[in-house]
Amino acid sequence: MPHTIIEKIFLAHGAEGAEPGSIQWLGLDYRTARDFGGASVVQNLRENVPDKPVADVKRTFFTFDCNAPANTAGYADNQHSCRLFAREHGVKVFDVDAGIGSHVLIESGLVKPGTTAVGTDSHYNILGALGAFGQGMGDVDIAYAFAHGRTWFEVPGSVKITLKGLPAANTDAKDVTLYLCGQLGAAGLLGQVGELYGEWVDQAGLAERITLASMGTEMGAISLIIPGDNPDFHASPGAPYERELEFDIDGLRPQVALPGHPEDVHPVHEVIAQGSVPIDSVFIGSCTNGRIEDLRAAASHLRGGACPPQVMLRVVPATRQVWQEALKEGLMDVFMDANGLVSNAGCGGCASGQIGMTGAGEVQLSTSNRNFSGKQGKGRTYLCGPSVAAASAAAGELVEPEAKS
Amino acid sequence: MNTIKGRVWVLTDDQGALIPNIDTDMIFHNRYLHITKLEEMGPYALDNLAGWEDFAKKCQPGDIVVAGGNFGCGSSRQQAVDCFRALGVTALVAESFGAIYFRNAVNAGWPVLVCPALDPAALNSGDEIELDLAGGTWRNLTRGTDLPALKAVSNVQREIMAAGGLFKLATG
Repeated sequence: MPHTIIEKIFLAHGAEGAEPGSIQWLGLDYRTARDFGGASVVQNLRENVPDKPVADVKRTFFTFDCNAPANTAGYADNQHSCRLFAREHGVKVFDVDAGIGSHVLIESGLVKPGTTAVGTDSHYNILGALGAFGQGMGDVDIAYAFAHGRTWFEVPGSVKITLKGLPAANTDAKDVTLYLCGQLGAAGLLGQVGELYGEWVDQAGLAERITLASMGTEMGAISLIIPGDNPDFHASPGAPYERELEFDIDGLRPQVALPGHPEDVHPVHEVIAQGSVPIDSVFIGSCTNGRIEDLRAAASHLRGGACPPQVMLRVVPATRQVWQEALKEGLMDVFMDANGLVSNAGCGGCASGQIGMTGAGEVQLSTSNRNFSGKQGKGRTYLCGPSVAAASAAAGELVEPEAKS
Repeated sequence: MNTIKGRVWVLTDDQGALIPNIDTDMIFHNRYLHITKLEEMGPYALDNLAGWEDFAKKCQPGDIVVAGGNFGCGSSRQQAVDCFRALGVTALVAESFGAIYFRNAVNAGWPVLVCPALDPAALNSGDEIELDLAGGTWRNLTRGTDLPALKAVSNVQREIMAAGGLFKLATG
């Protein structure tokens, strides 16, 4: 019987069936908790299953990435309650020096096509970049997963999405991702899995796939999945899709999401044709755009030296490994010469302001994935790719970047 | 807990339209994420949703919330569910939910119901309503009118609600 990718993953993990809409018990290869939510996971475990809170320590991790290092006493308490629990039960902690948990999991080589993993991170579906199934969940869910190694899940229906053509040379993967988000809308894939195909997807490297998969959440999707290198987890011919969609990305130009709505996406050149957009701050990083490839793209637009003095450029590598690579490649010099601030690895500005919030009236360009009103402070946050962000930082206003050399 | 009766809050904008895509930072802002005690979460419910900043002050135990599409999209924070539970909100009906939010509510044993054809003109904030979870129906008692059908509750949701939470289901 033909199956979609998500159906094959469910069937390989203990599900009795894979009919979309049916509720199945799904085996979880990895279960993780961040400092965000982690303390409540521990609290749930101590209250409900004190005798055996962790089914398999080799498949269970804490990853601190949200408030790294803790800049409030509350977060410090929460992180340390996780550390104490982890020591008690032999669970590994990727501490505040490690970087974004989902990226650490990918770098560790644990994630393969077909892998299932859950974490207290709504962008855990980023693992779709490798043809795996990741899912963000709340405290109760993750605590249950720690204790039982499985969870209930409604099999999502699948949508086949084909991207036709190749975008313009001055774009990043983020521009394609934002375009797709704009086309589909905030609930365009609500409760569904999108499988991604097409010439551009085929040639995309892992970092680009990570960017693309990372914004499924902003389209309402359970996950965006890109077929990995294991044919066991490719869709069968004739797989039962609920919808098949095509989007023309040929010649696509750089995109930006206007403040407040990740799906309110427009081409940069159209936005600036309405009037210039002077900027106060730029954030380059996040699970969406914190890979070394993203930092290289940004650096390539910053080689002219210092950004205008009114622009505060902030760079946050996704992981410790990315940080070290950037250092070795000389990218840190580029960011420092550009008057940038480089922080330790982590989530950056997304959750609780590891690298600062925005003030009333401030205009920020961010390579992250969400710009909901008030989320990152009272300022106005635009979403864009690292090339747009860096070229605009250098110009002091929103610009379309030059093509990569 | 097959029927729930209470006063309703309908999350509309100043034009009377249901607000779509209310995300978890509007429901329970990230500046409060370090809070882990449910009883401390109530005062912050909806305090970053334009027009609803004073919701926690107006809400009374036993009230019911009604919302638009993709409610609770965004982050995985359980607090976005628990802040309503802390205020004593007994149920939430929406046109649709963000998937993680819906699971979080189900796993907490808190009634969340989907009404795909929700019509904001059929009920006002302050109306008394009655939800029949088993029958999948609800009524506006203030106006004496039936409201559009609710999506059937899944078996797993019913079982977890009856048990009083996911962990209670597991331990029987």
